[in-house]
Amino acid sequence: MMALLKRDMRLAVRAGGGFGLGLSFFLIVVVLIPFGVGPETGLLGRIAPGVLWVAALLACLLSLDRVFSLDFEDGSLDLLATSPLPLEGVVAIKAIAHWLTTGLPLVFAAPVFALLMSLPVNGYSALVVSLFLGTPALSVIGAFGAALTVGIKRGGLLLSLLVLPLYVPTLIFGAEVSRRGAEGQDYTTPLLMLAGVSFAALALLPFASAAVLRVNLR
Amino acid sequence: MELVVDNLGVARGGIPVLEGVSFSVSAGQALVLRGPNGIGKTTLLRTLAGLQAPLSGKISLDREAMAYAAHVDGIKTTLTVEENLHFWASVFDVPEIESAISAFELEALRTRSAGMLSAGQKRRLGLARLMVTGRPVWILDEPTVSLDQAAVAMFGEVIKRHLASGGMAIMATHIDLGLEDAVTFDLGHLKATSNLAENFDEAFL
Repeated sequence: MMALLKRDMRLAVRAGGGFGLGLSFFLIVVVLIPFGVGPETGLLGRIAPGVLWVAALLACLLSLDRVFSLDFEDGSLDLLATSPLPLEGVVAIKAIAHWLTTGLPLVFAAPVFALLMSLPVNGYSALVVSLFLGTPALSVIGAFGAALTVGIKRGGLLLSLLVLPLYVPTLIFGAEVSRRGAEGQDYTTPLLMLAGVSFAALALLPFASAAVLRVNLR
Repeated sequence: MELVVDNLGVARGGIPVLEGVSFSVSAGQALVLRGPNGIGKTTLLRTLAGLQAPLSGKISLDREAMAYAAHVDGIKTTLTVEENLHFWASVFDVPEIESAISAFELEALRTRSAGMLSAGQKRRLGLARLMVTGRPVWILDEPTVSLDQAAVAMFGEVIKRHLASGGMAIMATHIDLGLEDAVTFDLGHLKATSNLAENFDEAFL
């Protein structure tokens, strides 16, 4: 299991691995938004929590189709499925590797990007906490979508259509946490809901993804 | 140890391709599958490897005993030869990769990234992976594709050693690997006659 995690991380940071893809996409969106809506800091600060969360979500989506398709194309997925590792574990590890290379960098970069969006000062901690608890769900749900579309050439569009509706609860609660944080309100309830969504996804979806993969590999 | 396949039926995409496949392979034996293109050799091998469920019949050994090598080698092009082998060795919990490297003469290519290898060298790396699985039954789908004569001989030696140590090999190949007592099994007359599987669950198409 650790070997698989190590391999996936190594592949991600080597040439063509897509590490930093999500991060740079996030940066581009956040730099472009102020040009689009104008430099009015009050307005920017008000929409910042929502925009940052949508940007994070799309950044995550960008690298999802690589989670299984590359391994499918070069035959590694067949070999992993016949290896002693349980397929549920393989899926979970791949989702975690995706989170470590896409979600976690976003969490660390978020304060800088929030500055570009002139997020009110007291909203920073809420934003970081919400991204930290919410992005794992994005990776796990995304891995499920990737497993569903694994045999399909250019399955990226279908993947987005399947996955985006499933992202809605995470987006709503995540953006709500950072909005309430920015306005100085108590954000315990949406934070708990967000954590609930993440942990439920983490606990259940690897099994669903593994079942789907088994069907797709036939 | 013996692998007994009894009255096996296999399907591809929901359509039965072979039925009534029965054979047995004992330790130290190799079985060569023959048959025209499209008869279902790959499907049969994937079923034996446990990647898909048989339509009917039984396979006596568990999928945990099988090591599968397909047309594609499962090589990551951005990793080096050594890293590729190390990864599979640790997945299969095999302590060393040196015997696999020397058996396929990959010493000089150790630190070369796999993307820089020629097709034949990649194939050698893919076959070397079999040696780090530590599993007794090798399931080989056209293992000699893009290998030159010297590499085919190299591979023949590896299989012979594997068989001598009590392993088995089931392969689909048209090339003579120099295995004296390999049994040839012709699939030509086992083509499935029924068009659709009974009780086939369309949800899993």
